[in-house]
Amino acid sequence: MSTPITLSVAGILLNWLVEEGAAVQSGDVIAEIEADKATVEIEAPVHGILLSLSAEPGDELAEGATIAAIAAVGEEAVAADREAEEADELGPDAATESEDAITAAAAESKEPDTMQTERLRASPLARKLAAERGIELHQVKGSGPQGRIVKADVENFTASQPVAASIPSTAEGHEELAIGRMRKRIGEGTSRSKREAPHFYVTIEVDVDSLLDMRRQWNETQREAQKASVNDLLVKAVALTLRDFPNLNTHFVDGKLLRHWRRNIGISVALEGGGLINVVAKEADRRELGELADANRTMIERAREGRIRPGDVEGATFTISNLGPYDVLEFSAIIDPPQAGILAVSSTRRVPVVREDGSLGVGRRMRLTVSVDHRVSDGAEAARFLQQLRQHLESPLRLFLSEQE
Amino acid sequence: MMVRNQPMREALRSALQEEMRRDERVFVMGEEVGEWQGTHRITRGFLQEFGERRVRDTPISEMAIAGAAVGAAMNGLRPVAEMMTISFAFLAMDAIVNHAAKIRYMFDGEFEVPLVIRAASGWGDQATATHSHSPEPIFAHFPGMYLACPSTPADAKGMLKTAIRDPNPVLFCESIALYPRPGPVPNDEDYLLPIGEAAVKRAGADVTLVSFAAGVHWCLQAARELSKEGIECEVVDLRWLRPLDMDTVIASFQKTNRCVVVEESLPMYSLGSEVAAQLQERAFDYMDAPIRRVSAADVPLPFARELELMALPNADKVIASVREVLR
Amino acid sequence: MPSAKVKKLLGWYGQMVLIREFEDACDRLFWEEKQITGVYLHLYSGHEAVGVGALAALTERDHVITAYRDHGIALARGLDVGACMAEMMGRVDGTSGGKGGSMHLADRSRNFWGGYAIVGGHLPLAVGIALASQYRGEDEVTLCFVGDGATNNGYFHESLNMAAIWDLPMVWLIENNFVAMGTRVEKHAGEPELHKRAAAYGMKSLGRVDGQDVQAVHDITRQAVKYARNKGPVLLEALTYRYKGHGVSDRSYDQRFAAELAEYRESKDPIELLKRKLLQAGHADETSLGEIEAVQQEKVKEAVAFAAASPAPSEEHLYQNVYVETERA
Repeated sequence: MSTPITLSVAGILLNWLVEEGAAVQSGDVIAEIEADKATVEIEAPVHGILLSLSAEPGDELAEGATIAAIAAVGEEAVAADREAEEADELGPDAATESEDAITAAAAESKEPDTMQTERLRASPLARKLAAERGIELHQVKGSGPQGRIVKADVENFTASQPVAASIPSTAEGHEELAIGRMRKRIGEGTSRSKREAPHFYVTIEVDVDSLLDMRRQWNETQREAQKASVNDLLVKAVALTLRDFPNLNTHFVDGKLLRHWRRNIGISVALEGGGLINVVAKEADRRELGELADANRTMIERAREGRIRPGDVEGATFTISNLGPYDVLEFSAIIDPPQAGILAVSSTRRVPVVREDGSLGVGRRMRLTVSVDHRVSDGAEAARFLQQLRQHLESPLRLFLSEQE
Repeated sequence: MMVRNQPMREALRSALQEEMRRDERVFVMGEEVGEWQGTHRITRGFLQEFGERRVRDTPISEMAIAGAAVGAAMNGLRPVAEMMTISFAFLAMDAIVNHAAKIRYMFDGEFEVPLVIRAASGWGDQATATHSHSPEPIFAHFPGMYLACPSTPADAKGMLKTAIRDPNPVLFCESIALYPRPGPVPNDEDYLLPIGEAAVKRAGADVTLVSFAAGVHWCLQAARELSKEGIECEVVDLRWLRPLDMDTVIASFQKTNRCVVVEESLPMYSLGSEVAAQLQERAFDYMDAPIRRVSAADVPLPFARELELMALPNADKVIASVREVLR
Repeated sequence: MPSAKVKKLLGWYGQMVLIREFEDACDRLFWEEKQITGVYLHLYSGHEAVGVGALAALTERDHVITAYRDHGIALARGLDVGACMAEMMGRVDGTSGGKGGSMHLADRSRNFWGGYAIVGGHLPLAVGIALASQYRGEDEVTLCFVGDGATNNGYFHESLNMAAIWDLPMVWLIENNFVAMGTRVEKHAGEPELHKRAAAYGMKSLGRVDGQDVQAVHDITRQAVKYARNKGPVLLEALTYRYKGHGVSDRSYDQRFAAELAEYRESKDPIELLKRKLLQAGHADETSLGEIEAVQQEKVKEAVAFAAASPAPSEEHLYQNVYVETERA
C-alpha cells in the first residue's frame, strides 16, 4: 500500500535528490524535472519511505508518468518480514499477522487528503483553455470546489505571464535566430495585451528619502534573511493601496469584471538568459515585512535558478515591474491580462529639490508609472491611486509595522 | 398585430376555437369536453358553437379515446383528444406510444397521424400521488411523436395552432399551474410557433437555466433575485421536449459554461439527465462546472401541504443550485 | 361459361389456396430455409374461409383492420404477394419497406389499415377509422377482425362501448379459433359464446357462424355490413381452427391439440369443404381445380423469388418516415 508519485508536468528527470529507501517528509523535494518552462521541483505528497524509483536522470517523462512511490512507514518492514517468512516457511499464523499489518498500513496511507493531492482537478473548459494558451495546469491554482481549476483561474494565470520589451530588428548584417519558447510566449502575451487592453499611463515622482532612511534603520535590526529591499517595500505599499482601490485589483475576463479580494502582487524577475518570470507575493498587504522579504527573496532566487515551483507564479492580481537597478529614468510596462494594471518602478536618483522652507537641497526621487486598462478604470482613479501610494511611500512607517486586519 | 392580455387557459381556448373554425376536420373528444364545458374550461362554449359531432363527450375510456383519435387521424380527420390529466394518459400509454408514435414508421410512411392529444400536467395542489405527475420526459422518450410544453399564454397559442396543423402526432402538455396565469397574446389567427424551437426568455452570461412549462417561471424568478447580486442567468425555455432544441441550449452553454436544468418532473431518467448527457457529449470542452438538476423529490408525491412543498421545486431551490454551480 | 356465382366460388377457392400456399411457404422459409428470420410469424392456415368470406362481403371503399395474424387478410384484400413475402423477409420491397415485418402489413390504397401486434390495440383504431367515415357522412363500413383472446382486455370493452354509443358503422368479427395463444376459450372467457358480449353494449349481434364455410361467412358478413352501413355496429363470431401454433415460438400446440387438428384437417378443412362442394355441384372437376392450384403455387413461388432477390433496407431508410417530413425539417 503506497502512494504513487505521478508527474503533473512533462519533462526530463534531472536528479533524484533523495535515495531509494530513504524516509521523506511530506513537502520534501525529492526530484527535479526540467519542464518546458523551468525546472520543477517534485515534492513528496506524503510521509513515508521512497520506493520503486522507475526513472533515471535523463529520462524523458510524460505528464502523468509515475516515477516512484512512497510507502507508509512500516509497510516496507512488513514486506521484508514476509520475505523472511516465506524463506523460513513459517506457519499460517505468522502470515495472518503480517496481513493484518498490511491492512493497517493500507488504512493509514489511504487518507482522503493524500489521495486528492494526486489528481489534478480542472474543468474541461479550463483544460481546453490551458492547452490553447500553452499553460501547464499544475501551475494554476484552482479556486473551485476542492481546488478545481476553472476558466477564471486559467485566465488569471495568463495575466501573470511576464512582459517584455520588443526586440529591435537590424537593417543589415543580420542573422536569423530561433525564437525561444519563453520569448514566444512573452511575445504572444504582450501582443494580446496591447491589442485587447486599451492602456493609459500616469506617472508621478515620489520622495523616497524617508523610505530609504527608515529601511536602512530597520534592516540594521533584522536578521539577514529578513532584510527588506526597496522592491519589498513597494510590494507592500502597492498591496496596501489596492485595499482602497479594489477596482484596480479587478480582472477583465470575457467582458466581465472579476474583483479580487486578495491582493497578490506579481514581481517581474528578469532571468539571466533573457526572459522574465513573475513571482507572486500573496496577500502582501497582510504580511509582516520581514517575512514578506524573506519569501520574496527565496522565490526570486528560485526563479533565477530555474527551480520555480508552481505556487511561486500563480494568482497575481496586480504586478510590479522594477527596473530600478538599471539606472532608468522612467518607463512604462505592458499590463498582463486579465489584470487591470501594472506599476513600472524606475531608479532612485539624487536630484536638486526645493524644500518646503524654500531652501535648496539634494533629495532622492523615484518615478512610478502605472499602466491601467481603460476598460476597467480611468485616469482620475489611476491618479488617486498614485497619490495614495505616494503617501504610503513618503510616510512609510506603516510599511514597517506588522498589523492585524 | 394586436395583443391581448389573457390567461393561458383563454389563449388555448381561442387557439383551439380558431382552428376548429378554420378547418372542418378538427374536432375535440374527451371526458367532459362538451356539456361540462371542459374540466379545465378550455372547451367552454364549444358544444354550443360546434355541436355534438365536433365536440364529443366520451366515456371514461382513455385507451379508446387515444386509440380512436389515432384511427380518426389516420383516416383523414384532425382530432384534438383531451386527457383530463396526464396521469390518466398512463392508461392510454399503449395507444400513444405503440400506435400514435409508431404507425408512420412501422408501415414505412403508409399513414399520417395528424393528431393532438392535450393533457393537463403538473402538480402542487395536493392532488396526491396518483394525480401528481409531470411525466413529459417519459412520453418524450419515444420517437415518432412531438411533445409540446408551453410556459406562456402566447407560446401556448402559437404552439397549439402549429400542433393542430402539423401532420404528425403531438402530445400537448398544459401546465395546470399556468392555466390562470395571464400574459400578452397576439390576436392573430395565424400565430404559429415552429415545432422544436426553444426560446431564450432571459439573457445572462453567468449560468444557463434550462427548463420548460412551470419550471421556466421558477427560473425567471430565481434569475431576478440573483441579478440583484450581479449574477446573470440565461433562461432557456425549451417549449418542446421533442424535438429537443439542444442547439439553443448549447449556444447558451458555450457562453456561460455552467448549467442548471429545472423541471417539475422526477429526477431519474429525466430532462435533466438528457440535457446533461448531451452537454457532456457535445460541449464537453465548454464545461466549467458540473451540471446540476432541480426537480421534484424522488418520492411518490405526498398529500400533506408541508410535505408537498418540500417535494416541489421552486425558485429558492433554483437559486441554491445556481450558487452551487458558480462556486 | 361458369355463372357469376360459380366464378365467385372459384375465385374464393383460388384465394384460399393462395393463402394456404403462402403460409406453407412461410413455414418452410422460416424453419428450413431460414430466409424468414425473427421471432414472430403467425400463420393464417385453417382460417382461410373467414378472411376470404368476410372480405368478399365488403366493397373497395370499406375499411379493414386486423391483428398480427394478418397475412391471409392482406392477401384476401389483394395486396401484392411478392411485397407481402418481401416484408416477411424484411426486404426493402416489402409492404412496409422491411420495417414492419410479418405482423405489420398494410395498404392505404386498399383501405387495409394494417395488422397490429398488441392484442386489442387496433380495436380503438377501428373505432377512429369508422368515426372519420361517419364524421364525413360517407357510407363506408369498417370491418375489424378480433381474435378470441382480444375479447378479454380493456381495449375490447372500451372500443365496443364507444362504437355502440356513437352508432358507428362497424362490423366486429371475432375469429374464435378456441385458443388465445395457448389457453382454451373455456378457460379464458367467463362466457365462451363470445358473440353474447354484444348485449353488454346494447349492440346488435348476429351470433355465430361456421368459419370453415366460406359461403356462410360471406353471407352473414354481408348481412352485418348492410346493418352497419345503415344502423350501426354489429358483432358476430366465426368459429374456426388454427392449423399451426400461435406463432413460431409455440412448440407444444401440435401435440396438445393433435386429435382436434387431425379431425379438422380430415373432415373440416375449409379448402377441402369448398372443393367438395364445387365437385359435387359439378361446378368444377379435379383438373380445373388443379389448374387453379397450380396458378396459386406459381404465384407464391414467384413471390419467394422476388422477395429473395430484394435487397435489405439500407442505412438511409433507418431514419426515414419517423415523422412526416415538413418544411421545418
